[in-house]
Amino acid sequence: MTDYNIHVWRQAATDKPGYMERHRVTEISDDMSFLEMLDVLNESLQVAGKEPIAFDHDCREGICGACSLVINGQAHGPETTTTCQLHMRSIQGTDIYIEPWRAAAFPVLKDCVVDRRSFDRIIQAGGFVSVNTGNAPDANANAIVKEDAETAFDSAACIGCGACVAACKNASAMLFVSAKVSHLAHLPQGNSERKERVTSMIETMDEEGFGSCTNYGECEAACPKSISTENIGVLNREFVRAKVGSTT
Amino acid sequence: MKLDANIPNGPIKDLWSIHKKSLKLVNPANKRKFKVIIVGAGLAGASAAATLGEMGYQVECFCFQDSPRRAHSIAAQGGINAAKNYPGDGDSIHRLFYDTVKGGDFRSREANVHRLAEVSNEIIDHCVAQGVPFARDYGGLLANRSFGGAQVSRTFYARGQTGQQLLIGAYQALSRQIAAGTVTMHTRTEMLDVVTQDNIARGIVTRNLVNGQIESHSGDAVVLGTGGYANVFYLSTNAVGCNVTAAYRAFKKGAGFANPCYTQIHPTCIPVSGDHQSKLTLMSESLRNDGRVWVPKTADDKRAAGEIPEDERDYYLERKYPSFGNLAPRDIASRSAKEVCDEGRGVGATGLGVYLDFRDAIARLGKDAISARYGNLFDMYQRITAENPYEVPMRIYPAPHYTMGGLWVDYNLMSTIEGLFVIGEANFSDHGANRLGASALMQGLADGYFVLPQTLSNYFGQMGATPTRVEVNADCFIDSEKNCNEHVQRLLNIDGSRTPDSFHRELGRIMWEHCGMTRTAEGLTEAIRKIPELREEFWDSVKVAGSSQTLNMALEKAGRVADFLEFGELMCRDALARGESAGGHFRAEHQTSEGEALRNDQDFCHSAVWEHVGDNEIPTRHQEELSFEAVELATRSYK
Ligand SMILES: Cc1cc2nc3c(=O)[nH]c(=O)nc-3n(C[C@H](O)[C@H](O)[C@H](O)COP(=O)(O)OP(=O)(O)OC[C@H]3O[C@@H](n4cnc5c(N)ncnc54)[C@H](O)[C@@H]3O)c2cc1C
Ligand code: FES
Repeated sequence: MTDYNIHVWRQAATDKPGYMERHRVTEISDDMSFLEMLDVLNESLQVAGKEPIAFDHDCREGICGACSLVINGQAHGPETTTTCQLHMRSIQGTDIYIEPWRAAAFPVLKDCVVDRRSFDRIIQAGGFVSVNTGNAPDANANAIVKEDAETAFDSAACIGCGACVAACKNASAMLFVSAKVSHLAHLPQGNSERKERVTSMIETMDEEGFGSCTNYGECEAACPKSISTENIGVLNREFVRAKVGSTT
Repeated sequence: MKLDANIPNGPIKDLWSIHKKSLKLVNPANKRKFKVIIVGAGLAGASAAATLGEMGYQVECFCFQDSPRRAHSIAAQGGINAAKNYPGDGDSIHRLFYDTVKGGDFRSREANVHRLAEVSNEIIDHCVAQGVPFARDYGGLLANRSFGGAQVSRTFYARGQTGQQLLIGAYQALSRQIAAGTVTMHTRTEMLDVVTQDNIARGIVTRNLVNGQIESHSGDAVVLGTGGYANVFYLSTNAVGCNVTAAYRAFKKGAGFANPCYTQIHPTCIPVSGDHQSKLTLMSESLRNDGRVWVPKTADDKRAAGEIPEDERDYYLERKYPSFGNLAPRDIASRSAKEVCDEGRGVGATGLGVYLDFRDAIARLGKDAISARYGNLFDMYQRITAENPYEVPMRIYPAPHYTMGGLWVDYNLMSTIEGLFVIGEANFSDHGANRLGASALMQGLADGYFVLPQTLSNYFGQMGATPTRVEVNADCFIDSEKNCNEHVQRLLNIDGSRTPDSFHRELGRIMWEHCGMTRTAEGLTEAIRKIPELREEFWDSVKVAGSSQTLNMALEKAGRVADFLEFGELMCRDALARGESAGGHFRAEHQTSEGEALRNDQDFCHSAVWEHVGDNEIPTRHQEELSFEAVELATRSYK
């Protein structure tokens, strides 16, 4: 059992100023998840008539991508995992600093909750295959080389949490965008739209106010799903190919 | 309450084609005049929204998360069934249909299940076309595995993340329609009420979770794809936000609620570690393909697993169910685990756990092969428990996982409220008293991509060229908004001393104890007494901090707990009224001498459908009789 000093970002709304607030939590077991520790804190705040700290979370299994805290300066904290899969046994020291993702394209809505709809708009710009329900050929009509399917999967494993943006000094969304481009670029289904896809997704990314990629690599280090920066290489190649005008 | 299932006439294998041919169509030019409200953007909601958008309807889609990509469907691990018979092991539409009816312990509607099996193949075709990266073999063709008690390999999977990949496919299709302008997406928006007029669904009232605005949305049909209610138990494998609010409020507006007591307790979850526990984590059932379940033969054996010699271990599933062994269906595997723990043979600090052991599989296939199959699950287990499952057996225990009950729908997926359709886990239709593994994803996508778009078009087709929409300034909307506002204010004004979570936890304990894996008349009666008391205390002493005008997660939680506190009682009433054991519903009074579930087809071969008749009044129980023509009503045996 350990006691902690919690320093947490409070902000009433997007247009209100934010500040760090200090709380103490006691008798926290090592087996608790990080969010369960925050649950304990929130229970005590509510009983005292104070508003609980707002943070996004849902599956608590590391797959939905909702949870999103910067813990002691690191997106999702010290382990290569999501905030919800972090356990107190991994936390060093007894002072914990908790902040929201910080990026112009992710405005704070309240406390540690940010608006990540910019990611959705990037997908809407082309992160899909244009096939209507009911028009598909038999699923085994085209074999896909196992290796390609696996590579596509590695990219498709992105959970859209935004840790890559939060970790990047420039708040760039390159890893997120490249993961989707690369997922679809490795499959024949994604082929016919690959030019428009990459151009349009990059355009939207820029419009949304994400920064540019200067190859720090912090995104990959923070990614709970180990999405590789090799995807960014794929994206760059796709982009050049689109500009040059070849479709193969 | 009228319960006409509207099943077309004809031989079962042709029903869906006959029905499709008879459905009214909407002229393409008129389609954009019709507006559909879809609540939910999980597999069911997102696939429906995308498809209806592609067809040219105006769609308004709602979810409470910040993005449709985060719906709870994302967490499904194991896979999705289809009757493709790619492995050539004798599968067919008929066999999938048969297995699903039998798996559901003969408490589902044959016609619906057959249709499900039929469209299962189209789902796989469509998902592959979307770029869903299903597992493939070295020849590049799709791989299948056997899953959850099936004797054929019909489960398609994407590593341990099938739900994620399917949902991303549906999300991308939805995103395409949002970009095309056919679908308007409302995220961080919670439905609080279905608006009806003369028992016709006219729209919904929602709360914007960011600024607290209560708003009306009118449409020509309302679709609920709002998921299941396993969180009535507080601890479950569901995402913590899953709730019954949408379905329950529809029930209060006149939608019949069918078989609320049919819940599925999943056998392979990580056991509870302490009071702080906020959710339970599922370990995919696929692990049972290679892991062997056992406990010590004698009670109170506190030795470490490795120190217990082979002849002092009880591989109880293999012993009791020689032909299915570790792959026995979920309800049977869960109950058996509870039994051995009740006998004092449970393992781990709490004694509420059994071993799932990979020692033999690792010896036979090698660590690498096991790691290739289950690596991510093993990692997850180790992260949560700090134990290495390659070296010591996993500990597992059953946990609430899925709810077969839901809003009653007819063959067209329409509820007892005209124009209110229900899809995915939120409806009751296809799984009877027990759902087989890998069939919820199949059902959600069948409903959303292939069934609802057809039957909803038919509903519109019957309206003629122009819909008769009611605008949001009509009395029915104004009244509903007023009620929703009052409900929110009431929660905030109590200003008591207990948090919404503390009530939820207490309700969960009552439900788990009395309406969990084993139920008795006595226990259920006790729960029916306790829950109203707890509810009263809630409305007396809940504390909801903050205001209604901002993002207030305590307020959201309080509203959901308030509904669970009413719904839990309905579940217990249903469990009490069903004087038989069937599938996941096990009544201790109704078992064979060997402790197996004992169905009573004479009196209970029906779906129970509950009708709300007023606040604080006991709802009325109706019955939809079930008949089995294509599959012979038989005792389920997995011996
Ligand atoms: C851990 C886990 C693993 C599973 N694995 C498998 C598997 O391998 N194979 C299988 O077949 N099945 C599996 N299942 C079951 C399956 O995942 C679910 O039954 C299915 O995904 C439910 O889909 P759905 O679209 O009906 O609901 P959900 O995905 O739960 O979506 C519900 C939607 O409704 C919205 N919503 C709810 N209430 C409101 C409201 N009041 N207002 C606005 N929006 C609302 C939510 O925001 C969400 O978008 C698993 C389930 C769990 C818990
Ligand atoms: S809560 Fe879903 S990934 Fe953390």
